[in-house]
Amino acid sequence: MQYLLALYSNENVFATMTPEQQQKGYAAYMAYTEALKTAGVHISSNRLRPSATATTLRTTDGKTQVLDGPFADSKEQLGGYYLIDVPDLDAALSWACRCPGVGHGVVEVRAIWDMTSGGK
Amino acid sequence: MSAEINHEQARETAEAIARRSYGKLVAYLAARTRDVDAAEDALADAFAAALADWPQKGCPDNPEAWLLTVARRKFLDTMRGQRREVLSDDLETMAESLAAAAGESHFPDQRLGLMFACAHPAIEAGIRAPLMLQAVLGLDAARIASAFLISPATMGQRLVRAKQKIRQAGIPLRIPEREELHERLETVLDAIYAAFSEGWIDASGADIARRDLAEEAIYLGRLVTHLLPDEPEAIGLLALMLYAESRRRARRDGQGEYVPIMDQRVEAWDRRMIDEAEQLLLRACASKTPGRYQLEAAIQSAHVERCCTGLANWAQIVQLYDALLATAPSPVVVLNRALAVAELEGPQAGLDTLPSISDDVRLHEYQPWWAAWADLLARTGRSEEARQAYDVAIGLEKDESVRRFLDRRRSMLGS
Repeated sequence: MQYLLALYSNENVFATMTPEQQQKGYAAYMAYTEALKTAGVHISSNRLRPSATATTLRTTDGKTQVLDGPFADSKEQLGGYYLIDVPDLDAALSWACRCPGVGHGVVEVRAIWDMTSGGK
Repeated sequence: MSAEINHEQARETAEAIARRSYGKLVAYLAARTRDVDAAEDALADAFAAALADWPQKGCPDNPEAWLLTVARRKFLDTMRGQRREVLSDDLETMAESLAAAAGESHFPDQRLGLMFACAHPAIEAGIRAPLMLQAVLGLDAARIASAFLISPATMGQRLVRAKQKIRQAGIPLRIPEREELHERLETVLDAIYAAFSEGWIDASGADIARRDLAEEAIYLGRLVTHLLPDEPEAIGLLALMLYAESRRRARRDGQGEYVPIMDQRVEAWDRRMIDEAEQLLLRACASKTPGRYQLEAAIQSAHVERCCTGLANWAQIVQLYDALLATAPSPVVVLNRALAVAELEGPQAGLDTLPSISDDVRLHEYQPWWAAWADLLARTGRSEEARQAYDVAIGLEKDESVRRFLDRRRSMLGS
């Protein structure tokens, strides 16, 4: 099964880190990504630009509005994701709990809805 | 006449199999697809077919295999029809292995895997016990609902959602890896104990659905200790439930009035259950890895010393509560410890160690706290305060006979 690990964190924290700390942060993610690839479970992953760059679309009363900013205005913002392929939720969770994102934010694990098998 | 006998016999066999094999069949059918709902549906069809078929042709030699064959056919039809996340080559492998299993006299018992799925941390804590009762034992939603005092419709919906989550989120029906086993086993044991406690609340046993639940929970406890014989906490939980169950009859007198443990006649305790609990506790403690359930069982063991010595071992009970506080601290444990201290050192000492209601607001609605507070105040001669505390305790109590008991205590207060 495929799972999305959605990484949420407080963006401001990163901005206040020293360059050395930021470097360490990158290194942790690089190592994690490498481990996922070596295990053959990595499908894709990306880091997102800060939520200030987000643009949100919504239709109200039949009229589509283009809004500045992210969908949810919360302290923790979606900052990146991993898409992995593992046998079950336990395997997904055991990968998710190794993700550096758990140390400084929240990781949401979601099963991918496989539409090729009828979508049930 | 003989047709009737056959029918009766077939029904009895089916019921016996249902109890013994329901969970085994569900676990086996759902192991790969994680589709507990479809497995249950297929099994319901198979039982219906058995009731139609067995009275005419007689019970098969291996009823379990017979049921599995019929259920398998129906299950695979459902899978093919819905193509739920199952690819066709997977279906073929599954069909083959299920067919092979149906031919065998014994197929693997994967109930433990099913229990771990039901009590998975990704499943909402409150629905784990009901889910286990349904998927492993085959209890219907209405009966579970009445035991948990929830409307059948709500219970049914929550059970459906939980099963959907197992399938859609990919929760595996399997025993966790070694390093995870202890943590995950805890949630399984907690769910079993939650089921037991629901059954235990109804002490009078007037409500069959709830009384049976305690028995079902003990059955689940036995199942876990049978399948995981080296887990001391699982053994401890089984012992704890047996100690409590052994006193069921003693909790009410001939008139159906509530009798607190201190006033219970030890002759009314079930000695066979107590003996079994003592054996289990010894076996658990031999591993020297204490845990919450073993400690709670040990406290019960110190209570039943009364059977031999006429007195509960209060010094040991206080010590065990200390150990329990270090392992699994809670206001309830502090409260019970205070009551034991009162027995050992007098009511004032008990009052001094009783948790303060200002420490934990939840105690405001916790009937046993008010009952304990009232009792200790009464015993230290603070009648007026005791009267008020009894009022609150009575107001919070659901059980009519306990309310009458508290009211009698209240009326015994001096001015």
